[in-house]
Amino acid sequence: MMKPLWFNLRPKGVAISFRLDRRVPLVALALLALAFGVLVWNVGTGEYPIAPLDVVKTILHLETADPAYDFVVNTLRLPRALTAFTVGAMLALAGGVMQTLTRNPLASPDLTGVSAGASLGVILLLVLFPTVSGGLLPLSALVGGLGVAALIYALAWRGSDSPIRMILVGIGLTAALSAVESIVLLRIDVERLQNILHWLTGSLYARSWEHLWALAPWCAVFIPFTLASARHLNALHLGEEVATGLGGRVTFQRGALLLSSAALTGAAISQVGTLGFVGLIAPHIARRLVGPMHEGSQFVSALVGGLLVLASDFAGRALFAPTEIPAGIIIALVGAPFFIYLLWKSHASH
Amino acid sequence: MSTLNTEHLSLSYDNTPIIETLNLTTPSGEITALIGPNGCGKSTLLRGLARLLKPRGGAVLLDGRAIHTVPTRELARQLSILPQAPTAPEGITVRELVSQGRYPHQGWFQQWSDADEAAVEKALTLTGLLPLADRLVDTLSGGQRQRAWIAMTLAQETGTLLLDEPTTYLDLAHQIEVLELLSQLNTLEGRTVVMVLHDLNHAARYAHHLVALCGGEVIAQGRPEEVITEAVIRQVFQVESLVIPHPLLGTPLCLPLGRTSAEQSPIGARIPMLSALARGN
Repeated sequence: MMKPLWFNLRPKGVAISFRLDRRVPLVALALLALAFGVLVWNVGTGEYPIAPLDVVKTILHLETADPAYDFVVNTLRLPRALTAFTVGAMLALAGGVMQTLTRNPLASPDLTGVSAGASLGVILLLVLFPTVSGGLLPLSALVGGLGVAALIYALAWRGSDSPIRMILVGIGLTAALSAVESIVLLRIDVERLQNILHWLTGSLYARSWEHLWALAPWCAVFIPFTLASARHLNALHLGEEVATGLGGRVTFQRGALLLSSAALTGAAISQVGTLGFVGLIAPHIARRLVGPMHEGSQFVSALVGGLLVLASDFAGRALFAPTEIPAGIIIALVGAPFFIYLLWKSHASH
Repeated sequence: MSTLNTEHLSLSYDNTPIIETLNLTTPSGEITALIGPNGCGKSTLLRGLARLLKPRGGAVLLDGRAIHTVPTRELARQLSILPQAPTAPEGITVRELVSQGRYPHQGWFQQWSDADEAAVEKALTLTGLLPLADRLVDTLSGGQRQRAWIAMTLAQETGTLLLDEPTTYLDLAHQIEVLELLSQLNTLEGRTVVMVLHDLNHAARYAHHLVALCGGEVIAQGRPEEVITEAVIRQVFQVESLVIPHPLLGTPLCLPLGRTSAEQSPIGARIPMLSALARGN
């Protein structure tokens, strides 16, 4: 008799049952351990190096040899690292949802038009109100992002070929908005341009607890929702007609999941700028590791995404010290070849 | 035994009417085949029966209840649909695909009960896929893959199965494999099957009840002998044919001779003579 491929949890006497791919607990644990390792190494590295054990002690607010550690770790580096991980996880989940809804493994969270809307929102704010405080940037990104997502949804969702229509409308609108952005950017002064471009690249520079707290409500609502929708995502992954035949309330689920994806992407972009490729790559790696069933793959995808951004931010900080390269660029350097590999593989299999 | 029928059903795509005020009954516990030329509305009708299309007018009734009033999850426990050319996600195993059929029986807390497990085992056994259960669906042959999808609809444990062209992209061996399976399911389990078929001879051999559609209207319906006739085929397909009883099975066997317009094909002019010859005149 073959070893079962899943864990079945079915406690006796209680009407609760749950099933998980056997690979998931091991992979998840390995990723968490790796993430913790990278976090500690990341936090201990920099102009003011700190030994790993001291890092852990400082995080736990235990006594260490040097009282300066507390500032470096708990105020400077830890919130930045945690923000990196959180944003990576959010983008990975958003990307996974888009890939499942569109049944297209090359889909990314940008397909909802959120990235284009967010960058346009920020640019318009900086151009129209040059003296505005930096604190309003995330808000304008969010408003712009969700606004465009809503517009694309309203324009595109109609009937059974909606996923394709949405991708096309999204691409078209993104192109149009990018053109508008370029026109605007050509007309403003160098200083503000630098600001905007830096923001657009996606960077964790100077990210602090306030950024993490800004992300918290979005995470608290949409991460559990996305993870809990695993069953529905499994059905939707088979196609909307099959999902309807299985009794899924497809229209409602599709709308709610799109909203979730747009919200997670918009919130992430609003705090760190546009970080590409994470939402594209992480779900793929997760599926390779634990298979396509969403109960496991979504959670693993979040861990992979978090690890990816965390490691990229670390590399950007440490590799060319004292110069910092934004995490967005490191991810693009890794992501672009991976994307080409995906294209080649999908072409080869046809 | 559940009865699926339509009452003054009208279906349209983007304001183009395909089916108008159709009254149709599919006998419960039997295999019904919808046949007709491309664009006659047979797939549209099947999708309307499966609530994939909202009716413009009229209703589809399952055991007397209009299906659009039944909550979709409850309906999914009575009616299953296998659309045309379904695609499975990459990297999914046969068992994982089949277990998706349990969706309408699962909930927040009950995500994998004993009943779910048993239904999947049974579906895999009925379709002969137990040895292949842990294989990736991508690595299966066309016939095996179609059997896996059918197994998924079986795991749903519905009284009625709807299938849209289940054999169209399969070679002869796989076509027979799938049709034999459906026939067995009907005989052994008493499930009602309604399917769209292109091949008239397959329909005549495997279905108990045929419905011939043309331009959204039912031209003929009934036993294969009543529907597969030269007159019906002429009217529905504009094809001249010879219909003889199958030498072994007795069911009607359709041998197409040529398009109805005699000038178009060299054989067309000789059809009357050939038909007469065949009938031994």
